[in-house]
Amino acid sequence: MAMSRNEIFQEVQEVMVDALGVDDDEVTTGAKLMGDLGAESIDFLDIVFRLEKAFGIKIPREELFPVESMMSNPDFVDNGKLTEKGLAELKKAMPHTDFAGFENDPDINKLGDLFTVNSVVNYIETKLNAA
Amino acid sequence: MRWIWIDKFVEFESGRRAVAVKNVTLAEEHLHDHFPGFPVMPETLMIEAMAQTAGILVGQARNFQEKVILAKIKKAVFSDYIRPGDTIKLTAEIETLTDEAASTKGEIMCLDKVIAKIDLMFSHIDQNISGKKFPEENFVFTDMFKSLLQGIALSGTK
Repeated sequence: MAMSRNEIFQEVQEVMVDALGVDDDEVTTGAKLMGDLGAESIDFLDIVFRLEKAFGIKIPREELFPVESMMSNPDFVDNGKLTEKGLAELKKAMPHTDFAGFENDPDINKLGDLFTVNSVVNYIETKLNAA
Repeated sequence: MRWIWIDKFVEFESGRRAVAVKNVTLAEEHLHDHFPGFPVMPETLMIEAMAQTAGILVGQARNFQEKVILAKIKKAVFSDYIRPGDTIKLTAEIETLTDEAASTKGEIMCLDKVIAKIDLMFSHIDQNISGKKFPEENFVFTDMFKSLLQGIALSGTK
């Protein structure tokens, strides 16, 4: 049976609570994984492993959090900001993400803000529907 | 003092599960300070002992080609003391193993009692996505650690 968006959110919320040691009321849809919930790089892998288990899916490396591999490409990053090409590429790689706000100032230091609870819920929803 | 917090493996199922034992003794200097008149094994060292048990399990799964570094303590819950004279049994199981990392579940028992539950994450640091480079030699799995596996028949080796 297909999961409702709310059921997916509740499951994602539990994953974040367990992986990041936060309270469930901190895990709102708009919460930023790094900025608000204190996630560090290894936590992203922990979250991926837990999501795979919770939803019985396989998450290929970098599909959910595809950022790092782009950063070393000079076509995509110039002077600490994403180029137009870089931004287009990132949008293609992260269709589950809301780019409003980031687009106006695509500073790579703000990339972390793109990873929100909502983007994870979107990703899982797409993934489950495709299965 | 050598930084080895397990004495030997008693079971080793490649890529899946390992069981190590450690005998706790008053010859361990730190027990006299932790605490004077009430020697108990520090919980931090229980975590280290589990990290060595689980870390060797994870390392062996890739034939010690990866540098396996403790990256996160996912859970560490302690329910009793470990005292001099105790023999503790550490069981580690691999939950997930991928090219870049592994997560493990672990339990420390003394006789029939669960003393601690410790779940960990390890990183294969050469596979980090930021492309950072580390020295070629495997500074994690020195001969000191590999010797712990001597005499243990590896079952299910790939």
